Amino acid sequence: MKALLFIIIFVVIAVACWQFVKLLGLTKVENQTATKKENNINGWLMLALMGFIYGLMLYSLYAAKDVLLPQLSGSAEGEDIDLLFKLTMTLILVVQFITQFLIYFFTFKYRGISDRKAFFFADSHKLETIWTVIPAVVLAGLIIFGLVTWNNVMDSSDAENPLVIELYAKQFQWEARYAGSDNELGYANVRFIEGTNTMGVDFSDKNASDDIPLLVGEGKFVKELHLPKGRKVIFKLRSQDVLHSAYMPHFRAQMNCVPGMVTEMSFTPSVTTAEMRQDKDVIAKMEGVNAVREKNGEESVEFDYLLLCNKICGASHYNMQLKIVVDEEADFNKWLKEQKTFAQIN
Amino acid sequence: MSDHHHKETFVTKYIFSQDHKMIAKQYLITGIIMGVIGIFMSMLFRLQLAYPEESFTIIEAFLGRAGEGGVMTPDMYLSLVTIHGTIMVFFVLTAGLSGTFSNLLIPLQIGARDMASGFLNMISYWLFFLSSVVMVLSLFVETGPAAAGWTIYPPLSALPQAISGSGLGMTLWLVSMAIFIASSLMGSLNYIVTVLNLRTKGMKMTRLPLTIWAFFITAIIGVISFPVLLSAALLLIFDRSFGTSFYLSDIYIAGEVLHYKGGSPILFEHLFWFLGHPEVYIVLLPALGITSEIIATNSRKPIFGYRAMVMSIVAIAFLSTIVWGHHMFVTGMNPFLGSVFTFTTLLIAIPSAVKAFNYITTLWKGNLQLNPAMLFSIGLVSTFITGGLTGLILGDSALDITVHDTYFVVAHFHLVMGVSAIFGMFAGVYHWFPKLYGKMMNKDLGYLHFWLSAISAYGVFFPMHFIGLAGVPRRYYNYTAFPLFDDLLEVNKVITIFALIGGFAQLIFLANFFFSVYKGKKASQNPWSSTTLEWTTPVEHIHGNWPGEIPEVHRWAYDYSKLDDRGDYWGGQDFTPQTVPIRNGEEEF
Repeated sequence: MKALLFIIIFVVIAVACWQFVKLLGLTKVENQTATKKENNINGWLMLALMGFIYGLMLYSLYAAKDVLLPQLSGSAEGEDIDLLFKLTMTLILVVQFITQFLIYFFTFKYRGISDRKAFFFADSHKLETIWTVIPAVVLAGLIIFGLVTWNNVMDSSDAENPLVIELYAKQFQWEARYAGSDNELGYANVRFIEGTNTMGVDFSDKNASDDIPLLVGEGKFVKELHLPKGRKVIFKLRSQDVLHSAYMPHFRAQMNCVPGMVTEMSFTPSVTTAEMRQDKDVIAKMEGVNAVREKNGEESVEFDYLLLCNKICGASHYNMQLKIVVDEEADFNKWLKEQKTFAQIN
Repeated sequence: MSDHHHKETFVTKYIFSQDHKMIAKQYLITGIIMGVIGIFMSMLFRLQLAYPEESFTIIEAFLGRAGEGGVMTPDMYLSLVTIHGTIMVFFVLTAGLSGTFSNLLIPLQIGARDMASGFLNMISYWLFFLSSVVMVLSLFVETGPAAAGWTIYPPLSALPQAISGSGLGMTLWLVSMAIFIASSLMGSLNYIVTVLNLRTKGMKMTRLPLTIWAFFITAIIGVISFPVLLSAALLLIFDRSFGTSFYLSDIYIAGEVLHYKGGSPILFEHLFWFLGHPEVYIVLLPALGITSEIIATNSRKPIFGYRAMVMSIVAIAFLSTIVWGHHMFVTGMNPFLGSVFTFTTLLIAIPSAVKAFNYITTLWKGNLQLNPAMLFSIGLVSTFITGGLTGLILGDSALDITVHDTYFVVAHFHLVMGVSAIFGMFAGVYHWFPKLYGKMMNKDLGYLHFWLSAISAYGVFFPMHFIGLAGVPRRYYNYTAFPLFDDLLEVNKVITIFALIGGFAQLIFLANFFFSVYKGKKASQNPWSSTTLEWTTPVEHIHGNWPGEIPEVHRWAYDYSKLDDRGDYWGGQDFTPQTVPIRNGEEEF
């Protein structure tokens, strides 16, 4: 691969030098605009460029099928987003194919290889009305569909018995706490941070004592955020230092963590980790991943949901993650019972 | 030469010149130098992304301690992407593009002897030069250049404890940008006043070439939005140096609670994007203006739908100032506000579609002269559409959630504003090089430059969409911590190879440019058989542009291939310059 790279670089430089030497000769009398021959060659090349763009598009679409996010959304809300996404993407591809064809085909067809007179065509209200109104109508549809989806995704007010979890971001790790039996998070502020109270929880707040921190003080390094399938989860996001962003691509969810305020996002996990590992897209994707890992002599891995930081936050921004496990609700409740509340820890 | 001004010395002619043509050249050369730095940086970090653990001598050679052993540090990676973004967006595509062509073309195409204020124009360039120097100097400070991303969101950009680039490097970045904004405002005010007041007789606003419309509207957007960035930068300087809390609140870092209370980083984001989004159009509109001119000239046809083109420029400019929130859908901004911004953002697609279709119609049934300027212009239309279409996804708040801050965004904006604008800039250089230097550029090298650039532009940014759709965040130093992305490394290698080809292809342009300045063939007065006023001036630059009277304008700028009743070209040639009076029996468009 590297050798290929150097060869290509060498060829480019060589061609440049060769052209340069040719230039020094300067014997050729130049037509100041393009000659018919140049128009012909470049017209054909433009057609070839169109072929290259189409080829790249089709190949990318084909090659991408196993590396993209699984088609199966991990959250119920994600399904709405995916539907809108597919619709928009289809529209984009159709328009892209047609417009690129028109650009390059016209360039090829009307390349100046004869003394044909160009067509003086300066205005047409009819045409312009057509291509103002059609995009407007299509966009109106997209806007309405988009706004309905957006409101559904962002609105968590009608959720029954949601699970409230705080995600706490800091350079360069995630902490979390479940709201506990009262489902209310105790007040927290960076000014309470002291010793093992790394999230700055105010223990004088009565809502705090039943909160369940994620493995604080357990000395365990592999942290897992467990979520129940089929129950709405409302995340309250805070940051300790700089902007971070909680990005959970498989759930089609993302929200920034902003120091000084609490932001919110919510979704209903709809596929457990175990179920996800059975999905055919995920199997194909993991086969690809493990093939690369095997080649590099690394151990193979299984699919896991991920929380990544997606807002530049410092030198180790590139490794700020938390594993997420979606369980059946009964398993989740069992797991949660095993965790200690602040009252039990302190 | 006619010298009705004072005698020129070397200093007043080449350095502290007040002549718009010389200032245009100064902008262009400075822009090219900054462009070389910016593109070179991108090649370095592309190496890192494709070969994260391999050692490169070149990295150690250029980055020194930050590239010890040939592998760059994470801090340096972030600095490189930050400065690459800053330089390309502001120094190359704002100052380099607008500065060059607004200065060159506004007086020449509207029929003015110079800018409204030559002195202000000179100050504008030298402030730009100073800001470039400060930005380049920031690359050499001990703690590294700014590293918080070109959007410099606080608190990361405010706290040296958070990242080392937020020390002196960030201070210099802010100083440089403050100077830059002053320069940009002076330039913009000058452009606006010149277009409004110094048009020659007969040059009605409805007869202005589309280049001038684009530069004029761009200047207006700049005057509206750049001051807001200046205020954002000033408040950030206050937070950094004087202990205020405009953007900062409740921060615990490096083992202690900081005193800041009550501020909000979201305020900064609003202020930043109030400039940041219009900035996209500040970059893009001049390129589209240049393209309009070149496509019409080289299609030997009038631009299709002149009035619709002007209206769409105005519409885009207006909408561009009320869409900034689409960069902030997932910042915790009120979801209702998100709905409003989705609505306004998607509306921009309408005037954009009108522009795209009008370009395509202009090509239809033309007699296309495919010189390098024309190829770059057509390339611009192509990348503008490819990149613009994915805006339908990013502008839709519900869809933005999934792809926000991933490589999908990187691919989108590089195609729609980066590649498109730089193609516009190249097109402009090839087309107006005879006007800038009185010489012709070499066409064969121009062709080679275009073909390598076009292929590498698509080769780099097309696959990048799919990395984004796989959920890969941008601004990651490497992906080794994520097994889930292991299968994408090959794609990254392909992208890097195309990026290197594209980067090296620019050397062809540089060689062609500088060689042609000195040794190029002498240009004729109107080498592209164009209708606009700049081609009525002598090839050799003179103060005041026209040796005698300023010509009068009698028609619009797009009378190409206009036929009389008998089906022959009016006047016997396929173009009628703006200075030719309307003939008997001819209808003015």
